[in-house]
Amino acid sequence: MYPADYRYTKDHEWIKVDGAVGTIGITDYAQHELGDVVFVELPKVGARIKAGESFGSVESVKAVSDIFSPVSGEIAEINSSLGDQPEKINHDPHGAAWLVRIKLDDPKEANSLMDAKAYQTYVDEKAQEQPA
Amino acid sequence: MTTETTAEVRKTALNSTHRRLGAKMVNFGGWDMPLEYSGILSEHEAVRTRAGLFDVSHMGEIEIRGKGALDLVQWVACNDASKLSAGQAHYSGLMTERGTFVDDLLVHKIADGHYLLCVNAANQDGDFQHIVSHNRFDTRARNVGDHYSQLAIQGPRALEILKRLTTVALGAIRYYHFTFGKVSGVECLIARTGYTGEDGFEIYFPPRHSEKLWNDLLEAGSSEKLIPCGLGARNTLRLEAGMCLYGHEIDLETTPLEAGLGWICKLEKGPFLGSEFLAAQKRTAVLRKLVGFEMLDKRIGRDGYPVMISGREAGRVTSGGPSPTLKKNIGMAYVPAENSAAGTPIEIGIRGQAVPARMIGLPFYKRPQ
Repeated sequence: MYPADYRYTKDHEWIKVDGAVGTIGITDYAQHELGDVVFVELPKVGARIKAGESFGSVESVKAVSDIFSPVSGEIAEINSSLGDQPEKINHDPHGAAWLVRIKLDDPKEANSLMDAKAYQTYVDEKAQEQPA
Repeated sequence: MTTETTAEVRKTALNSTHRRLGAKMVNFGGWDMPLEYSGILSEHEAVRTRAGLFDVSHMGEIEIRGKGALDLVQWVACNDASKLSAGQAHYSGLMTERGTFVDDLLVHKIADGHYLLCVNAANQDGDFQHIVSHNRFDTRARNVGDHYSQLAIQGPRALEILKRLTTVALGAIRYYHFTFGKVSGVECLIARTGYTGEDGFEIYFPPRHSEKLWNDLLEAGSSEKLIPCGLGARNTLRLEAGMCLYGHEIDLETTPLEAGLGWICKLEKGPFLGSEFLAAQKRTAVLRKLVGFEMLDKRIGRDGYPVMISGREAGRVTSGGPSPTLKKNIGMAYVPAENSAAGTPIEIGIRGQAVPARMIGLPFYKRPQ
């Protein structure tokens, strides 16, 4: 279910690296935990973002969740279609509902993040922590 | 919401049913409850346009019975229960000596000398202790939450659906009235009450029948697309309807007069717990008032966020979130009484930014009659 060519954070963001550009979104696990998404706040093109720092937020009916950048770089593009259709995050979190594209400071930086298999194990363990 | 750390999490009789249905579960006031099944937005819409079914068996019940039952109810709660006829219910507040809320509740008059109080799950034991400690009347209070499950079927199609399972003349039960009768062969208290702003019923019955009634209701409503709904939708529905939630709009520090609940505060009925304080507050001044607001951009003012008037912090959001029906972001907040007029511009502090909003009258949503 989690694309093999993406990398993942413990905060449930994903990044797909294509050369010097990284595309960032939130994972299916994250959208499921949030429930119906109603609003997304994204930075402006040209903004600098740093690994581990919040660069925006995703809000569901129930809660607001910060989005933390997996890597450092500069915002090259934002997914403006989410302004009118935030619910796309619930329907296609790994595809059409990408959040931002960034010009990577270091294209190798994402290599230290979890791969799909490690992330799957990570969320499976999380699910087990929930009371049965 | 409270977080239970020591006490064991409590479960309704339908706990495994909710899990089988794939509900997302949440600890609410010490109870393991369904937050959502298919999603808060679709559940909310079902209740506004068709019907939704809620397991609200976590709610507490306290029975007051005996010659002095009315005297006890009149002493601890602020509404005037002497006005109730048998088969009638009303909304009321369980008061402290300072006229603040121990809890909010529904008082059902079953017969002379016999009342059934429906109280909040997390407050049930505290409410019971409070009532017992003030019982100097010829009556007895019993904490009977474990004797009842409660299901709420809410929405414009609720009556049609419930009709299929009962011979009781449901249409004859007026709003905030109740009767006893069989639903799907199970003897129930059937009340035309709810916490959604829609027409609907809340039925009380012995917990062993929970699964049968839950399944029979869903089956009976399948042609209307009746769906199970969780506490998430219950909250967005009651917020649109401008109804208070204990721990948010009302608590041990707020009075009915501040909360816009003067209509349940019957000072003329004679002395009751907190009545002197409330009379004084009414005579002098209510310093803060509960108001509704709507956000003027897409951001959401949520519970606990600061409210600013003319650039200065003036209060806090008590409940806030998106209104699925009205397609805007709404909330309630306490503000100084002198600045509480509808239309007053305010700002909500959202993650360090002052976001424009405006006070509007409550309720936000009123169902079409």
